Amino acid sequence: MQSSNAINYDYTVAKYFTISAIVLGIVGMSVGVLIAFQLAFPELNNLFGEYGTFGRLRPIHTDGVAFGFTVSGIFATWFYVGQRVLKVSMAESKFLMFIGKLQFWLYIIGVAVAVVSLALGYTTSKEYAEFEWPVDIAIVVVWVLWGVSIFGLIGIRREKVLYISVWYYIATFLGVAMLYVFNNMEVPTYFVSGMGNWFHSVSMYAGSNDAMVQWWYGHNAVAFVFTVPIIAMIYYFLPKESGQPVFSYKLSLLSFWGLMFVYLWAGGHHLLYSTVPDWVQTMASIFSIILILPSWGSAINMLLTMKGEWGQLKENPLVKFYVLASTFYMLSTLEGPIQAIKSVNALAHFTDWIPGHVHDGTLGWVGFMIIGAIFHMAPRMFKKEIYSKKLVEAQFWLQTTGIVMYFTSMWISGITQGMMWRATDQYGNLAYSFIDTVEVLHPYWTLRAVGGSFYLIGVFMWAYNIYKTATSSKAIEKEPQYATPMA
Amino acid sequence: MFHWLEKNPFFFAVGVFLVIAYAGIVTILPDFMESARPLKGTKPYTVLQIAGRQVYIQNGCNTCHSQLIRPFKSETDRYGKYSLSGEYAYDRPFLWGSRRIGPDLHRVGNYRTTDWHENHMLNPAAVVPGSVMPKYPFLFKKNIDLDTAYAEAETVKKVFDVPYDKPGMPKLGTFAQAKKAVFADAGKIVAGMKNQDVKDAYKNGNIKEIVALIAYMNGLK
Repeated sequence: MQSSNAINYDYTVAKYFTISAIVLGIVGMSVGVLIAFQLAFPELNNLFGEYGTFGRLRPIHTDGVAFGFTVSGIFATWFYVGQRVLKVSMAESKFLMFIGKLQFWLYIIGVAVAVVSLALGYTTSKEYAEFEWPVDIAIVVVWVLWGVSIFGLIGIRREKVLYISVWYYIATFLGVAMLYVFNNMEVPTYFVSGMGNWFHSVSMYAGSNDAMVQWWYGHNAVAFVFTVPIIAMIYYFLPKESGQPVFSYKLSLLSFWGLMFVYLWAGGHHLLYSTVPDWVQTMASIFSIILILPSWGSAINMLLTMKGEWGQLKENPLVKFYVLASTFYMLSTLEGPIQAIKSVNALAHFTDWIPGHVHDGTLGWVGFMIIGAIFHMAPRMFKKEIYSKKLVEAQFWLQTTGIVMYFTSMWISGITQGMMWRATDQYGNLAYSFIDTVEVLHPYWTLRAVGGSFYLIGVFMWAYNIYKTATSSKAIEKEPQYATPMA
Repeated sequence: MFHWLEKNPFFFAVGVFLVIAYAGIVTILPDFMESARPLKGTKPYTVLQIAGRQVYIQNGCNTCHSQLIRPFKSETDRYGKYSLSGEYAYDRPFLWGSRRIGPDLHRVGNYRTTDWHENHMLNPAAVVPGSVMPKYPFLFKKNIDLDTAYAEAETVKKVFDVPYDKPGMPKLGTFAQAKKAVFADAGKIVAGMKNQDVKDAYKNGNIKEIVALIAYMNGLK
């Protein structure tokens, strides 16, 4: 029981979710690339009739990458990391194995219904909470099953102390549960009036209150889907891959509890200068700035873990993914608070700078961590070497180039449009009509779509590499301790 | 204390939950009732407008168009008076949007007409050269879902006490009454349109989605 090799970990469910992360990543990002090109070339809206317009596809992109790609990645890593840090195998409990598989298949059914219903126009319109109530119920069931897995595995653990990653997984479970339930409170109209479409519902909250609840959710969905579980991943995979102990336990404590406390206050920064109470806006602005501390705390803790070991960046492409991910995390968590300053937000809100900010976080931080985590897991799950190290290297540079093209073009386009909206001539009249401020964005939108395509091609390279690893790579006899073996 | 928590998952989870939960309570609850009040003169949507609003939501118009005019001169010059909280009291869900790929629509009813919308929805670039908005020919083909629109109105009336059928407020009545009112409202929009298919459909007792959408947008003031 002392050595981790003595336990025979069962990665069945982790493998399932690895596959769904790859497939849904390709689906979600392909739709993303398509809608990016639609902005630059509007004729592309007419490809699939009413089902192919930007307005219909955009939620499929955002929900596809958030709840498809990312959540699959979270589940896949949990079913891998959870066993290993708790020193217990899924094979030891038939019950947990059943729950894990049930969770996967319900999740797949939920995803299928969600995609079809969004394409048909069944949407609540609330961002990242577009699903109508039947899908919401499916999501809650899947989530509860995941909770059973987490606490079930914790219940039969051998290692009594919960490792840092487990704190973050628990927080992910609790945070998303709370946010999702309260933001999706809705009344199905069919059950009240007995007529009309039974999928349809109305929100429990109206107007400014609906906006408050929505952005309390929307912002913190970012916290508990794109931040907290990804930190769980980096706290496991970076030390494992590099063979370095985490730099500071105290810093990880401070960052964890700091993040938990501060994050939830900041949602109102999506509503600056709106009709929600002024004090809420100011409070959100202030807490957004404070949020730099716990965010950078985790990122610095990770970077300092590599202290004296930077040579690994040359040899090991996975360390590159992790280090660049924490760097993008720092960039993104500095950029966000800057945008939450009221005077900056007056310019940035409603412009491309916002999706630009989202994407340096999601592509650079979330995407790179999930890709890097699965590269680390694959040889240990399939007992094979990674098929091609060269391909991993090429993917890394192609995707990094794509990200840089993406966020630089969006910064320029966002600030350009924001400035043009407020520009006045010498008499104080508005200098530009709205369409002037759209036409000027064409080159940036094209560049953004090309950058996104680079990233998507990288995802295909990743999928191919993992596929070849699982099917036709060289077998390894003993599980590698640190650096992932690559052919 | 932290070492102890890390060995006791139950109390750890309770601790995390308490730390994350109360920010929501402190920021959302205090002004909840006040934020729910309508302005004097703000009226709930007619059933035809609700049908149009559902079309607006189904097609994700809110992904590109905001409905929130911020209190800056550059915005009030462009879009009209800045938005007030009470104006949204009957908006379930709110439709403020987060990105202006197209212009704000909170007061679009003040400066666009039925005729303008009809031409624009068929081919936006023909009306606004350089527009990146998709064409919406299918709105001229599909019928509105009157049952669901009525169900929504009845639901908000029953559950949230939205003041339909009160003095000075829109009539809802029974489904048969509401249907009659919807056809009367739609007739006014159809009269201002050129599209022969839409007119013929109306004569045959069908209302196309475009009619409801225009009714909704004309009401945004």
